[in-house]
Amino acid sequence: MKLIFERGSEGQGCAVLPACDVPPVTLPKQRTKELRLPQLSECGLSRHYTELAKEVHGVNDGFYPLGSCTMKYNPKVNEAAASLWGFTKIHPLQPEHTVQGCLEVCRQTEQLLCEITGMEAMTLQPAAGAHGEFTGLLLMKAYHDSRGDKKRTKIIVPDSAHGTNPASAVMAGFTVVSIPSRDDGCVDLEKLRAAAGEDTAGLMLTNPNTVGLFDKNILEITSIVHEAGGLNYYDGANLNAVMGIARPGDMGFDVVHLNLHKTFSTPHGGGGPGSGPVGCKAFLAPFLPGRRPAGREKLHWETSSHSIGSVKAFYGNFLVVVRALSYLLTLGREGIPEAAQNAVLNANYMMTKLQDLYPMAYPGICMHEFVMSLEKMKHETGVSAMDIAKSLLDYGIHPPTMYFPLIVEEALMVEPTETESRETLDEAIAVFREIWQKAKTDPASLHEAPVRTGIGRPDEVGAARHPILRYEF
Amino acid sequence: MGSYIANTKEQQQAMLEQAGFQSFDELFSDIPESVRCRGLSIPAGLSELETMEQMEELAAKNKVFRHIFRGAGAYCHYIPAIVKSVTSKEEFLTAYTPYQAEISQGILQSIFEYQTMICELTGMEVSNASVYDGATAAAEAVAMCRERKRTKVYVSAAVNPEVLAVIGAYCYGNGMEVETIPHKDGLTDQQALRAALGDDSACFYLQQPNYFGCLEDAEEIGEIVHAAGAKYIMGCNPIALARIPTPGECGADIAVGEGQPLGLELAFGGPYLGYMAATGKMMRKLPGRIVGETTDKNGKRAFVLTLQAREQHIRREKASSNICSNQAHCALTAGAYMAAMGAEGLRRTADLCVSKAHYLQEELGKAGLRMKYRQPYFHEFVTTGGRAAEILTALEQAGILGGLPLNETDILWCATELNTKAAMDRTAAIVREVSQK
Amino acid sequence: MNEYKYRESHEWVKFEDETTALIGISSYAQESLGDIVFVNLPSVGDAVTAGETFADVESVKAVSDIYSPVSGVVAEVNEALCDRPETINEDPLGAWFIKVEKITETEELMEEEAYGPFVAGLE
Repeated sequence: MKLIFERGSEGQGCAVLPACDVPPVTLPKQRTKELRLPQLSECGLSRHYTELAKEVHGVNDGFYPLGSCTMKYNPKVNEAAASLWGFTKIHPLQPEHTVQGCLEVCRQTEQLLCEITGMEAMTLQPAAGAHGEFTGLLLMKAYHDSRGDKKRTKIIVPDSAHGTNPASAVMAGFTVVSIPSRDDGCVDLEKLRAAAGEDTAGLMLTNPNTVGLFDKNILEITSIVHEAGGLNYYDGANLNAVMGIARPGDMGFDVVHLNLHKTFSTPHGGGGPGSGPVGCKAFLAPFLPGRRPAGREKLHWETSSHSIGSVKAFYGNFLVVVRALSYLLTLGREGIPEAAQNAVLNANYMMTKLQDLYPMAYPGICMHEFVMSLEKMKHETGVSAMDIAKSLLDYGIHPPTMYFPLIVEEALMVEPTETESRETLDEAIAVFREIWQKAKTDPASLHEAPVRTGIGRPDEVGAARHPILRYEF
Repeated sequence: MGSYIANTKEQQQAMLEQAGFQSFDELFSDIPESVRCRGLSIPAGLSELETMEQMEELAAKNKVFRHIFRGAGAYCHYIPAIVKSVTSKEEFLTAYTPYQAEISQGILQSIFEYQTMICELTGMEVSNASVYDGATAAAEAVAMCRERKRTKVYVSAAVNPEVLAVIGAYCYGNGMEVETIPHKDGLTDQQALRAALGDDSACFYLQQPNYFGCLEDAEEIGEIVHAAGAKYIMGCNPIALARIPTPGECGADIAVGEGQPLGLELAFGGPYLGYMAATGKMMRKLPGRIVGETTDKNGKRAFVLTLQAREQHIRREKASSNICSNQAHCALTAGAYMAAMGAEGLRRTADLCVSKAHYLQEELGKAGLRMKYRQPYFHEFVTTGGRAAEILTALEQAGILGGLPLNETDILWCATELNTKAAMDRTAAIVREVSQK
Repeated sequence: MNEYKYRESHEWVKFEDETTALIGISSYAQESLGDIVFVNLPSVGDAVTAGETFADVESVKAVSDIYSPVSGVVAEVNEALCDRPETINEDPLGAWFIKVEKITETEELMEEEAYGPFVAGLE
């Protein structure tokens, strides 16, 4: 495929701007460096991006069981709502009385999400999950600081956690204590007890955890941390399994972040924008960042009394919040738990139909996702998790998450989501089984996969050793 | 009640049974009774029609201004129709981060093209694939400059307060100390800067054009910063960069900024786009995704996420940043915008901004509002002398969003290519009426 | 002198004189790390401490810490590795990371004869 800079020619372009209707003024100091941007007619431009779009697999193009990413269908009414002029054309610094609708969007979303998570206050400012983690950790830090409790410098993170957890903890100025998980992927209570102490600022946990299991000891876990004087942080990455079924606030968590771009169906945009609201119990509300809607009839902005400041300009990724609100209104009190139930059902259905061939990393009921280990397969046939993943590409299926969690060898993590039909699941199951047969009879063919995509197995080593990060004219 | 579940109740029951369960309740038997939720206290679900009605009602409670003379970090520009057409393609919209290069070449290539355009715009050597917004880009840039013995951060007082607040929150986290350098008549006080910098200075952050719209002497400031051994970060308006000396030409180590003016809606503050570019030397300290060019197994050109060992999913607690999701779709938008405008279009946009802002300032001057700072400016400027609240209320009644009031008398105005001479004349006329009252 | 000695974590050290030595990683280490794409090295003048990490090497999907077998001061850094990290895979014993001088302490290390069987035992 040609790069946009390799198309068109000198002088081509789109006719966008009118003539200047005021006397021209030029700046005293100007750049001398030439500015080289694409020179392309509108038709050329349109075709370029259409060609690029054909080389992308989105949720609309087929099954997307990317574990821990919750690639559910993105409802179109959400898009319609987010493109209303009454939302898109609003300046963030308009007077409050001219943005009552926006304030109400924020207010309603906060209230709905508080109820779903069992929290008492919320900020919509964080722009993504990791950003929410960072924000939540700053709340914890501010809380301990406000009590003069300066020795709480450590955050406990299980070794099965997403990489963002330890990275966020360090950004917030904490040191990370990593505790090994039990064989079943759950928290080792003894190790947690040993790690928790008067230097513990808190624990970060996902539940269901990153291997797709619900940790039954959750109340004991959170109370161990509380008894040590620490706080419990809930990473909402996996909330889709339990929304409307169980609430982090009732499990003993003090702070949560949500991923609106996972659980609440907003599109991921090829990597973002997301939105990572942070909810907390009332005692942490005084530290929340940014401005939050307040008031009864007429809403206005309010800043928390001991706010940590702002983690982003303005009020967050507002149009993402609009989409999530549209989704929340549509699903409502019955639809939310029903989505979770079907997410878990679809995962268990697929797992049941694959486990005779593909060894599951953990026994028992899974939640919204399950982890298979290809360790035995690799040992016997040389076919790796990567080979299976790449083979799926030829069938038009987006591969599961590979090599995560780190505690499982040759891991493939499958998350079908609730919006997939039985028909799609059955087709995918058949593909997985066919690939398994191929791995046994013709492993070499899997090393060659994919063969039907535009490119195959790019050289990542070469890319990292000698980085080419821009086009050279 | 609306729902996006494909399977019918009968299919669900059949699947439950095939998976070895009698009921949904059994599926959740791992969840202790004590933490089970017995129903949410939220409204019942709605049909699509009802949802859309409610959303439209909410949108209608906001006032859409026909004429906007307010910037202060969010700028109203014309967005060519082709940009919307590109960004509404559902492949781009609904994909995840391009982990699987084979079925993500379109996204990867679009980011590679975006990175190239940002390098061209800033005159820097490398760009990442975006961060959340201009303010977090500034805060991430500050963190990149930390060295063992250099942990103090200096920020010009003439930066956007939203940006300063975010730098403050990030530094509350990472323990870097932040100090502001005062401004003198609208420009960063170079003497104060020289006096403040020392052996423990990590960096200085300058906004160009600054919060008051004034154009700083960015090259001289760069020399002061480097003389103290600190890193130089410039936060620049990307439209202005089509005309003003680039961060590269001014000696910046890192260039960041709010990419919203590049084709993104005002959208009540987000989603926007934080662009980040740096010198080659600082490449490996850049946070977030970076796309690189390589070849596939058949020698064909291909694009991949690269330098991933910097990132949180590999380096975990040693990662320089925790960023995972970024603003990829906004970067796609900015790329399509820059492509649609081209270099000539972007320069003309910048010229229109400058010319219109100067016209507006002149007309407001005639109407009784004096320039607060007598400095060269781009498309924003501060006036003083009027009763800000009264002026803005009068404008609002005429469907005009005036400048941002900074206090009782000072107003920060902005003009772009969208503001016609007629609208500016009308604005000035209203201001005159209020002033003469 | 001039012999390679090894840590259990697969770094080698080669003394040039009593207080000066080169440090790198063993062939076993480079093989288990896979294709090395970058190495983060300390600066000249930095202190290194026996048993503590002084560098890390990156492969596409992993980062590994490199530990120093000696305490001393970094005298030279092999900058060439930054441009051609593949040298570490191609010639691990030639691809020294740093030269340390003013060595005050050395850990107990394995001789070549002991390291060979030690590695064989790991497989």
